[in-house]
Amino acid sequence: MALELYLDLFSQPCRSVFIFAKKNNIPFEFKKISLLEGEQYGEDFGKINMLRKAPAIRDGDFTLAESIAILQYMAQKFSTPDHWYPADLQKRARVNEYLAWQHSAMRPHGSKMFWLKLMIPKVLGKEAPKEKMDGAMEDLEASLNTFLEKFLQDRPFIAGENISLADLVAIVEIMQPVGVGMDVFSGRPKLAAWRDRVRTAIGEELFDEAHQGIIRAPELVKSMDASKLEVFKAWIVKRFL
Amino acid sequence: MPLELFLDLHSQPCRSVFMFAKKNNIQFEFKKIDLTAGQQYGEEFGKISVVKKVPVMRDGDFVLTESIAILKYLAEKFRTADHWYPADLQKRALVNEYLSWQHSAIRAHGSKIFWFRAMVPIITGAEVPKEKMDSAMEDLSASLQLFEDKFLQDRSFIVGDQISLADLVALVEVMQPVGTGVDVFKDRPKLRAWSDRVKEEMGVALFDEAHNTIMNLHSLPQTIQDKGMLEFLKPKIQKMFN
Repeated sequence: MALELYLDLFSQPCRSVFIFAKKNNIPFEFKKISLLEGEQYGEDFGKINMLRKAPAIRDGDFTLAESIAILQYMAQKFSTPDHWYPADLQKRARVNEYLAWQHSAMRPHGSKMFWLKLMIPKVLGKEAPKEKMDGAMEDLEASLNTFLEKFLQDRPFIAGENISLADLVAIVEIMQPVGVGMDVFSGRPKLAAWRDRVRTAIGEELFDEAHQGIIRAPELVKSMDASKLEVFKAWIVKRFL
Repeated sequence: MPLELFLDLHSQPCRSVFMFAKKNNIQFEFKKIDLTAGQQYGEEFGKISVVKKVPVMRDGDFVLTESIAILKYLAEKFRTADHWYPADLQKRALVNEYLSWQHSAIRAHGSKIFWFRAMVPIITGAEVPKEKMDSAMEDLSASLQLFEDKFLQDRSFIVGDQISLADLVALVEVMQPVGTGVDVFKDRPKLRAWSDRVKEEMGVALFDEAHNTIMNLHSLPQTIQDKGMLEFLKPKIQKMFN
């Protein structure tokens, strides 16, 4: 039985898992979980992942949540090329360092822009307060600056000469605010050059396939039935406002 | 030259690194970075790490931040016992799953309680509004419930019969709100039993040594004032509420 990947490509961690599996020719069944339609709260999915989040995988009778864990699992199980998660102690540490840091930096700051710019207006029918937007922008800028100043520096990729899980996880997160119209690459030539290298290393077609949803997010969300998104109201208010 | 660990035991991730190194007899120099004096923002420490956070490890000319990365580095370099970070595919995945999830769950919520209860009143002179405090407590409770229901279940430790990095990281985070007087173990016998097991595995003396700072926060208000940190920390608090 093939690996089952439960994914919604609107979600950054789902994209990294999707790209990694495809790039490495890991056979899998794509099980779509539509997050904005609340499918993660269904009974069946609860048996796959009681955390009720995507991505999640099922490999025989083994289920696993958390993209970072899933990526490392696939790298180990399918013996993917060393550069993805190098055996070298220091290189691996650099990858682990980025993967840890990003949870409370790039990831939430990029995600927040998606919710503030696109989802709040759709669900609550009004723009997010300027103060919140400004604060969120500051945070995202700070993360992007730290990314360039510490994690990338003058290297082609985070861990050195080759792409690794760190770059993959970084790019999918950075693409989230891009999806809602923020050109984070403008004025950051180093970041744009890195993005081009990552896109080439992954394969342009695969990269674009993974991102076709999020790039069209404004248009896709516009066509959604606002009443179906009511379920997110309370969570949005608590989390962002 | 031995390893240097830049630490302040007020910080949860510093405690896990400290305990792991000591438990495994890894030689290191303890370099105190005084968070209550804002030493992480100083020029000297800035040369070691631009991220300006602790813990940081320096091994020769290799500098590493992020406790999760440091723990894995130490485990591998010093060939610690397998159970800490099992070679087995599925067991390792379960350790990684916990270490990933915890960043935005128990860590985030436990830290928030620490700031709300121990820091905000000192810095602003006022208690956190009840609504915000209740909401933060709810989040912490929900995380602890998930911890029991998913990560622990009926096992002795997160991954099975033996302690791993996951349990160590979990416990130091759970202890943060405890330091501010929140009894997270009340009405949670499973959590309490697990925490006792982890303490015993680490060694009670080592656990107590690591947690002495966080369990004695009564002098924190005076310390913060004496070191002139009040004004410095005000904007940070403001941001937390935005």
